[in-house]
Amino acid sequence: MEWETVIGLEIHAQLSTKSKLFSGSSIEYGQEPNTQANVVDLAMPGVLPVLNAEAVRMAAMFGLAIGAPIGRGNVFARKNYFYPDLPQGYQISQFDKPIVELGHIDITLEDGETKRVGVTRAHLEQDAGKSLHEDFAGMTGIDLNRSGTPLLEIVSEPDMRSAKEAVAYMKKIHELVQYLGINDGNLQEGSFRCDANVSVRPKGQEEFGTRAELKNINSFKFVERAINIEVERQIDLIEDGGSVVQETRLYDPDKNETRSMRSKEEANDYRYFPDPDLLPIEITDEFLEEVRKTLPELPGVKFKRFVEEYDLSEYDAGVLTANIATADYFESVAKSADAKLAANWITGELSSHLNKEDLSINDSPVNAAMLTGLIKRIEDKTISGKIAKQVFEAMWNAEGGTDESAADKVIDAKGLKQITDSGAIESIIDEIIANNPAQVEQFQSGKDKVFGFFVGQVMKASQGKANPAQVNQMLKDKLST
Amino acid sequence: MDNQMINKSLAELSVGLQSGKFSSVELTQFYLDRIASHDSELNAFITVTAEQALATAKTADEKIASGSASGLTGIPLAHKDIFCTDGVKTSAGSKMLDNFIAPYNATVVEKLKSISMPMLGKTNMDEFAMGSSNENSYYGAVKNPWDLDRVPGGSSGGSAAAVAAKLAPIATGTDTGGSIRQPASLTGITGIKPTYGRVSRYGMIAYASSLDQGGVFASSAADSALLLEAMSGFDAKDSTSVDIPVPDYSTTLNDSLQGLKIGLPKEYFEEGLNSEVAKVIEAAVEEYKKLGAEIIEVSLPNTHLAIPAYYVIAPAEASSNLSRFDGVRYGYRCEDPVDLTDMYMRSRGDAFGREVKRRIMTGTYALSAGYYDAYYLKAQKIRRLISEDFQKVFEKVDVIMGPVAPETAFKIGEKSDDPISMYLSDIYTIALNLAGLPGMSVPAGFANNMPVGLQIIGNAFTEGKMLNVAHQYQQATDWHKQTPSKYAVSEGEK
Amino acid sequence: MSLTPEEVKKIAFLARLAIKEESIEQYSEDLSGILHLVDQMDAANVEDIEPMAHPQDAMQRLRKDEVTEINQREKLMENAPATENGLFLVPKVLD
Repeated sequence: MEWETVIGLEIHAQLSTKSKLFSGSSIEYGQEPNTQANVVDLAMPGVLPVLNAEAVRMAAMFGLAIGAPIGRGNVFARKNYFYPDLPQGYQISQFDKPIVELGHIDITLEDGETKRVGVTRAHLEQDAGKSLHEDFAGMTGIDLNRSGTPLLEIVSEPDMRSAKEAVAYMKKIHELVQYLGINDGNLQEGSFRCDANVSVRPKGQEEFGTRAELKNINSFKFVERAINIEVERQIDLIEDGGSVVQETRLYDPDKNETRSMRSKEEANDYRYFPDPDLLPIEITDEFLEEVRKTLPELPGVKFKRFVEEYDLSEYDAGVLTANIATADYFESVAKSADAKLAANWITGELSSHLNKEDLSINDSPVNAAMLTGLIKRIEDKTISGKIAKQVFEAMWNAEGGTDESAADKVIDAKGLKQITDSGAIESIIDEIIANNPAQVEQFQSGKDKVFGFFVGQVMKASQGKANPAQVNQMLKDKLST
Repeated sequence: MDNQMINKSLAELSVGLQSGKFSSVELTQFYLDRIASHDSELNAFITVTAEQALATAKTADEKIASGSASGLTGIPLAHKDIFCTDGVKTSAGSKMLDNFIAPYNATVVEKLKSISMPMLGKTNMDEFAMGSSNENSYYGAVKNPWDLDRVPGGSSGGSAAAVAAKLAPIATGTDTGGSIRQPASLTGITGIKPTYGRVSRYGMIAYASSLDQGGVFASSAADSALLLEAMSGFDAKDSTSVDIPVPDYSTTLNDSLQGLKIGLPKEYFEEGLNSEVAKVIEAAVEEYKKLGAEIIEVSLPNTHLAIPAYYVIAPAEASSNLSRFDGVRYGYRCEDPVDLTDMYMRSRGDAFGREVKRRIMTGTYALSAGYYDAYYLKAQKIRRLISEDFQKVFEKVDVIMGPVAPETAFKIGEKSDDPISMYLSDIYTIALNLAGLPGMSVPAGFANNMPVGLQIIGNAFTEGKMLNVAHQYQQATDWHKQTPSKYAVSEGEK
Repeated sequence: MSLTPEEVKKIAFLARLAIKEESIEQYSEDLSGILHLVDQMDAANVEDIEPMAHPQDAMQRLRKDEVTEINQREKLMENAPATENGLFLVPKVLD
């Protein structure tokens, strides 16, 4: 039988606020345990939550970016369950009235086709603390620094039909939240996490199969693998006459298998009800207008603009807009240097250096100002493209400083300035011609190929610094007379 | 120190302090001594904080001397043990928090501390404010100063008994379904629960968040006005606190009641109301006529639905609010838990009393899958009906009056095995918590030798008017000046 | 509506309350009594009535995104039944 896979994703994106969703504690990552948990985060008796305005603004931003209505009187609800990393005994979340309602996002499939994926909703909620399972004499340690960190839970429609589509969607959301500046995109530190709801059904059947929920898959690679292995498991199970049970499963990347998390299966009854400590969130037209104004240019729009404004190829525009940091780097260079050269250098030399050393563009030793200085010298013919690579290499190795003058300093120090003085070039040419009478004869008898020999000799004699265009022209003139 | 001290109003005490007739340290010590001699039989206090009280009193005396004092500076008070007090045990009347030293001050505590009102101690209460008799305390029942065999009412029974027996000049309390008004009525003192949102709930251990509100127990409306004003006001730490200015309640106390329209809801005088209590209320209404008020019969037709709706909403919120007591970060943890579930189950099972467990389970059930609409949602709709009832009446009248409780204080143990009959005794107080409105209890006389309180209900944020209405009555009567003989000091006595 | 002892056990577990076997019957009676009282709501016609979650018709106030808290770990962990290395300890959590 032919099977069809149905996937929906729940993405938890930590919002890049300074403080927690309902308290003034810092959300900085990696601090000493329980040093960023105040009375509110520890759910001391009598404390009350007060909502962080920035989290609301960020959620609204996301909603506008996916074309979703923003819930006018959205409310917080309590999701009640007991767990040691959940100090209140309930998570403040949103239930039937989320802040972001139905929206969508377009993903590009491998064949270049575009597919629209529905985003059912996105809502604000508190993150939980962390359980540390190292052995404390048979006990578990609880760190509540993360407790109360603002999360935006982004729930997709079950619109994906393969693990690849799921990854494409996840990457697209990952790119979008970073573009919006509402999430740092750090999967390792858990600030961007994903659960996948996976089911299979016979091709052609309309009704969904029973789904399993794969929890906390923390890389794009694992999402793809986890989904594929789960799909395989479900198909095998059904084909062997069994049936899929609705449950939560954990992906084990070492064994490349998913396994049931029985502990989460105890009849969960979350008893959601509106949180009486919080009032409905007012969303006015004025507020939305304000947020709209701060909305950065989104990837699709930026792509189009790059093609039109900078006359870039679609390929180059695609590479340059794949993440906000690269796009910003490019624009920073292109505002005062040639855009096409900038695009070539970023997608070529710079990317290959970054890849080789596994660096992100933000950590590049050659910053946008330095590259701008370099490209300007190519434009004004101070150096050739070939010499420029030498200069780039030197700057990469921390020569010349870190501002726009770095390239000039390297050029000066190494004496790489291009020779454009026609008198100087002429005297080199004259010498070469005088020293190679046989080759002059060959050329004049019609052997055009020998021309290349002369160019090479002149460049060699000038240590590569003679302007190649001038050399060409002057050689042609001299040899033809 | 003059024993007459206990008959003085806060204003008189303030004059005495400011004029140097006595110091705050002397006044505070005087009340600490009264607590030491009388509280073993009343059990009004869970914790007495003599040392802190005297330290604050010293600061108060310095402020008075340097002229940086406010009117209440130096006057000692007692806090219900539901308000968190930094460095002091805060138990909420529960075994769960018997070992809990609060690491911060409730906003109310902070406000009164900042004007140097010495805190005498933390008063006894029904566990987590669940109860109407103060029998549900881990620290034992509180006795009614008028008859030690009887309850003082609840849940703020300790504060009520302390003020009634003059162990404190004034005290704080909280009211979720009548927990200030009913004990005030049963102990013959003045109590006010302000409008929801008037007093910050930050640091007040939550029972039912959408109903809880802090308030005052005092010997008179004039005293209540002073403390209420000091503890009210907007608090950025409480999202449900209301950002409107606090009026100077004392300036309107003497306004004339000529033409005041008083509504008497017929539902508050129907069957169930003890006839002796009814007589007291009727006499009080007659007194108001003499003061120039116009009496209008009104109807609150959904009154009978208030108790059923309350016993869904309050337990539902409580079931969630009390989930934080899990033995992880503070509070009671059972001995040798075998695993996590065992730790939760036994810590909570052992440390919560029976009434608390009943309410947690009721609320858990009402919110559980499949029952939400039938219980919680329905109760929230009834809540609106009740609120609308009041709003219709307030189109015609300035205040509503009636009894606080259907009966006077009952005997300790009389109702403790019958939770339902206990619940029903809150029939006249619960509705206004659902509507978020302010209410008062004012001593209006005696029935069978026990005090009876007159309830005054106002529209939202009309505390000033209510205090004025109560004060005028107290100018014309002296019911509020009655003190149980055992704790009284007669004129001229030293 | 009344609650059977079995239902009481289920609710007690959901609320994480250990109830002694011999008390189950009493709780089942008490809770049934409370639910019976609550069932008086059935008499009300609440069709088309907007539920009232709150006494105020106000909207949520927002806090500026600022870090206002300092580390008070030592003080805040003083009440904890079991701690080690700045962590709260609980019986082993199994996933």
